[in-house]
Amino acid sequence: MSRLSVARLLQAVFLIVLTMVSNSALAVNYQALVDADVRKFQAYIHKEFPDVRTADFADGVYAIDSQARKQWKEVEEFPPYDLAVDEGKALFNKPFANGKSLAGCFPNGGAVRNKYPYFDEKRGQVVTLEMAINDCLTANGEKPLNGMKGDLAKISAYIAFISRGQPIHVKVESAAAYKAYLKGKQFFYAKRGQLNMSCAGCHMEYAGRQLRSEIISPALGHTTHFPVFRLKWGEIGTLHRRYAGCNENIGAKPLAAQSEEYRDLEFFQTAMCNGLSFNGPASRK
Amino acid sequence: MKRSGLCAVAGLLLLPSIGLADLQGGDPNLAKGKAIAFDMNKGNCLACHMMAGGDDPGNFGPPLIQMKDRYPDKTVLRKQIWDATEKNPSSVMPPFGKHGIMSESEIDQVVDYVYTL
Ligand code: HEC
Ligand code: HEC
Repeated sequence: MSRLSVARLLQAVFLIVLTMVSNSALAVNYQALVDADVRKFQAYIHKEFPDVRTADFADGVYAIDSQARKQWKEVEEFPPYDLAVDEGKALFNKPFANGKSLAGCFPNGGAVRNKYPYFDEKRGQVVTLEMAINDCLTANGEKPLNGMKGDLAKISAYIAFISRGQPIHVKVESAAAYKAYLKGKQFFYAKRGQLNMSCAGCHMEYAGRQLRSEIISPALGHTTHFPVFRLKWGEIGTLHRRYAGCNENIGAKPLAAQSEEYRDLEFFQTAMCNGLSFNGPASRK
Repeated sequence: MKRSGLCAVAGLLLLPSIGLADLQGGDPNLAKGKAIAFDMNKGNCLACHMMAGGDDPGNFGPPLIQMKDRYPDKTVLRKQIWDATEKNPSSVMPPFGKHGIMSESEIDQVVDYVYTL
């Protein structure tokens, strides 16, 4: 046999083996792997905060600090995000140049919060609510919106508001979905930036402790309530804006809203919230 | 929850060390070390450690007290500040020297100051 045909043969054998491996991989129950992670993750938080009920972690740092909770409850009596929800509703129903509207893209009157984030098997990527809103806009010849704040955050706030109480059940059912999930997981646990810190370092290991005067929220519940009206921002902003802020605080390059990295991170973080309910929008310091 | 029980104790222990720092407060090198340690964009040690004379300390790490007693060898203290992950690979304390957050001379000044606590 010539060298070339040996190479061809090897290539063929390699391909067959590869197909066999990926075929057997089809048999892997990815959801079971994720469910096991969720149990471990939530058990860790429960051990740190034995007195807090699972559902209450959706309230972030206010679930673990009774004094801050009292002040927050007072703020929530006249929610600072109300106006954003109203504006979001108007934008949701506003006709595009082609006469259609966002309402045409979303079923159930737009109460679709717990359909997101999901792994779109055809596109091979995680689709978030904000991404789906922008997809609807561009599909209808409109311009996509800024992923950090403004109209996109308002529309997201409206959708979250009319979806309150929907249970979180992120599904990870294919090798590709699991890969995206693992990327998000890796992002969450990896140290980065000049300060060499990870999301998990602060929001798991040191959750409940104080960084200066700020009490650190546990990561369980991180994605239930976005977008948030932050008093510090003086306006409503998206989850990815918060991600960028936490990245910046440790001297790491903030990534773009709706970047693949942040979508995968949201996918992982929301999966860890499986069993909780969506309760956005919310107010935060 | 991992709230540091040490903090309550530290409140009592801090009093004598405040006096000590004040005694040496006239030294410009120490004053500079203190400024760098408290600077939010440099040491920002207060984000995580209770330190004499600092407001709103965090409690990620233990209070920085009685340093001379606990660090007979000053170079061990410098090592902890230069790269905390050497001793504890999963430490959340930033590696100030290794990652160039502070210059070598800034670290020396911070070490000198922290050593008075
Ligand atoms: C140096 C510590 C630190 C690191 C590292 C850090 N954060 Fe944060 N994060 C905070 C603080 C402080 C807050 C504000 C208080 C709170 O709600 O936890 C916060 C808030 C948040 C919130 C909002 C919580 C809420 O209830 O609205 C999210 C979400 C979040 N962080 C995610 C992350 C992610 C993801 C990473 C990693 C990419 C990360 N953080 C890294 C300190 C940190
Ligand atoms: C983001 C949090 C954080 C910051 C900022 C930080 N530390 Fe720490 N430090 C820790 C933690 C946590 C420990 C506990 C040991 C470990 O995990 O490395 C520690 C341990 C120490 C120790 C050894 C423990 C002891 O008391 O003997 C010293 C000394 C120390 N830090 C000094 C400093 C100094 C000086 C600065 C500022 C230049 C600083 N740290 C900034 C978190 C921090």
